[in-house]
Amino acid sequence: MKLTLKVWRQKNANDKGRFETYQVEANEHMSFLEMLDVLNEQLVSEKKEPVAFEHDCREGICGACSMVINGQPHGPQKTTTTCQLHMRHFKDGDTIHIEPFRAKGFPVIKDLVVDRSAFDRIIQAGGFISVSTGQPVDGNALLIPKDVAAKAFDAAACIGCGACVAACPNASAMLFVSAKVSHLALLPQGKVEAARRVQNMVRQMDEEGFGNCSNVTACEAECPKGISVENIARMNREYFSASFASEE
Amino acid sequence: MQLEGKIPPGQLAEKWTQYKSTMPLVSPDNKRRLEIIVVGTGLAGASAAASLGELGYNVKVFTFHDSPRRAHSIAAQGGINAAKNYRNDGDSVFRLFYDTIKGGDYRSREANVHRLAEVSANIIDQCVAQGVPFAREYGGYLDNRSFGGVQVQRTFYARGQTGQQLLIGAYQAMSRQVSLGNVTLYNRHEMLDVVLIDGKARGIIARNLVTGEIERHSAHCVILATGGYGNVFYLSTNAMNCNVTAAWRAVKRGAFMANPCFTQIHPTCIPQYGEYQSKLTLMSESLRNDGRVWVPKKLEDAKAIREGRKTANDIPEEDRDYYLERRYPAFGNLVPRDVASRAAKVECDAGKGIVPTGLGVYLDFASAIQRYGKSKAHSMGLENPDAAIITKLGEEVVEEKYGNLFEMYEKITGENPYKTPMKIYPAVHYTMGGLWVDYNLETNVPGLFALGECNFSDHGANRLGASALMQGLADGYFVIPYTVGTFLSKEIRTPRFSTDSPEFEEAEKAVTERLTRLLENNGSQSVESFHRRLGKIMWDYCGMSRNAEGLKKAMGLIRELREEYHKEVFVPGSMNEYNPELEKAHRVADFMELGELMCLDALNRNESCGGHFREEYQTEEGEALRDDKNYAYVAAWEWTDTSKDPQLHKEPLKFEAVELKTRSYK
Repeated sequence: MKLTLKVWRQKNANDKGRFETYQVEANEHMSFLEMLDVLNEQLVSEKKEPVAFEHDCREGICGACSMVINGQPHGPQKTTTTCQLHMRHFKDGDTIHIEPFRAKGFPVIKDLVVDRSAFDRIIQAGGFISVSTGQPVDGNALLIPKDVAAKAFDAAACIGCGACVAACPNASAMLFVSAKVSHLALLPQGKVEAARRVQNMVRQMDEEGFGNCSNVTACEAECPKGISVENIARMNREYFSASFASEE
Repeated sequence: MQLEGKIPPGQLAEKWTQYKSTMPLVSPDNKRRLEIIVVGTGLAGASAAASLGELGYNVKVFTFHDSPRRAHSIAAQGGINAAKNYRNDGDSVFRLFYDTIKGGDYRSREANVHRLAEVSANIIDQCVAQGVPFAREYGGYLDNRSFGGVQVQRTFYARGQTGQQLLIGAYQAMSRQVSLGNVTLYNRHEMLDVVLIDGKARGIIARNLVTGEIERHSAHCVILATGGYGNVFYLSTNAMNCNVTAAWRAVKRGAFMANPCFTQIHPTCIPQYGEYQSKLTLMSESLRNDGRVWVPKKLEDAKAIREGRKTANDIPEEDRDYYLERRYPAFGNLVPRDVASRAAKVECDAGKGIVPTGLGVYLDFASAIQRYGKSKAHSMGLENPDAAIITKLGEEVVEEKYGNLFEMYEKITGENPYKTPMKIYPAVHYTMGGLWVDYNLETNVPGLFALGECNFSDHGANRLGASALMQGLADGYFVIPYTVGTFLSKEIRTPRFSTDSPEFEEAEKAVTERLTRLLENNGSQSVESFHRRLGKIMWDYCGMSRNAEGLKKAMGLIRELREEYHKEVFVPGSMNEYNPELEKAHRVADFMELGELMCLDALNRNESCGGHFREEYQTEEGEALRDDKNYAYVAAWEWTDTSKDPQLHKEPLKFEAVELKTRSYK
């Protein structure tokens, strides 16, 4: 299949950036990233700079790949990361627009690569359970109902890719933050410091320049792991109850 | 040079307890003065950084990823082993120890493996406390499943994403230490050299991957947790950026590489489908709990399937060969990985392969779907349910167990594994070899430690499923916090190191020169094209089966390729910018040297054991034939210089608690 690619090229954070057009010959069995590999091989053979894009596991779990394909983070296929998107979802002759995740909280580093370290700082602000190595009791001393474990897992399945932010018109990080708040608040071992956690994480989220939630739910629609906006509701509840009950 | 394993005295089961209660300690006040560098933030690195930070050491942790959470531990699917005996099925610390030694074909160190089995139970408790959402039963208790090479159920899991959940747990524990100021995180930094001062590891040279700046970082000791080197084969289940550079740079500074030829070929991966392919995808071993592996009995059926004239569903039951169940009745589909992989190769070599390339076999869930469907119908009180209902109920149970894996398979192949059997073939997955370490996980370079897949110590010639997660976390949470003290207790008077010393100067200069050489090379071929060619040589001659002639040939080919590389490779861009091609070029250069050493090691080991199958050494039935008299040792290789062969040092393996037997899963 012959494709026309309009790819965002930006040398570094200070460069203004622009779309460049490339022609590439792909086949339907390739993953989207393998198609970009073909483009990059082509560029290298012409002694040009290849397109910088982030990728690693290519199994849909590391969360490294971060690009907007034809206006959608991770492209057109639901609950699929870019690395798991295959070219059979495109047609011969298609023109494909590829650009980086765009948000104030995610400054561009180069081409399609953005800086998502804000997410790490939000986790550092409170996305953990304060337990040191060697302290715990037996794993079965704490009984956790099957459905509670499953629900916590659903929230914990977040891969931290940032597609939720890229999809949101407000560039809000609420889905990411609420997934972590929910994962830990649902479990008995995480309840102890739940109030403190949600307040600290929300504070950090605001400091990082992410916007607010206005219930568009584009985040859920584009999330490659299908994280539910229910988590946002849960986080809001946790946050309000923590704010009212807090003595700090 | 005599390699000293530093195994503590006493009974096997007492060694670790004894060690912990008699080792020298570092007082809290002194810990605050000491600095530790941890390279890598996978399970081993993140758990080590977290635990050492909790103890009060000053930890600097480095990852080349944008976030520590991207390390490839994240992709581990199936589970983590622990000798909890929650199933009441006869598990124990000794049983886990024994299974691991046997699974590794008697090529690992008893004391290290026993310690691993001892701390395994603590890992589960630790992870539960961190909030890892392990699978639970209706009563709220932890659930288990089975993995290859064992006859008990000791594997804990979180759907098919156990690695992800464990890594997030370790990442969060480490993030807590970052917030407390005990750990400093350097993301997007790649270690390109280790710095030795008076023979001890005292720092690293790292490149800031955003600005391209070369940085010097000092500490009282250096811990490498930088994973395995499976990407030397180009195609593997490793992430694209997995590489050997950190470990290889240590080798260049005097650390020994142990058993580099011990690579694990995982039996259940999605077969290769095209020349442009960039990686192979694993389908978890847990699938072999319920999936049955088969090929057609008749060659003409296999041919018809390959040519698209027939499908799996056209082959009647009596014409299918469930070859693992036939050859290994005691373990059936759950034989260890090396055995299952070789068996698949035997069938495909005989012309029974079922994909167009001839390299693929079936993994079939139809029986499991029927079994679960009937059981579910029974529990729902349905009398005489029809076939469609049974299938539907069975598919629901299978979905609950393996849903995400089935979905991933469908996304990649475009085929529905509930309706037609999966197609699988072995692929490079894990490297048992790695930096040589003693009982303290310290390399032969004082102050340089290696954890997780980066070291060689626990899995011998073949790793059992769900044991990599166990080892990574054991090393990071429960071993290094103790053993690092043995080294650091002698360093409490050592002041912090300035990075202005000649040693740092020299190391930085060497790194800059290497990178400059690559950038200024006036070649015309891409890094990728060389990596592919290297991978093909490695797979053809140092892959699932090896022979002396092929290995010698491969060494020559690699040497030629290496020369060509340094003449012909083209690296675009410059040093002082974000430049992924440059990163890759440096990594591939190191793979080119490692590859030759792997062949040399495989050539030296005139026996077959675990994942190392030398065609010259096999039983009449085609099973691996070990030579305990001559090869019950760890082969630790010392790098001399590029023009000469590395030098071999042997650490004899002594077995006191187990008797060396022919490994049988029949």
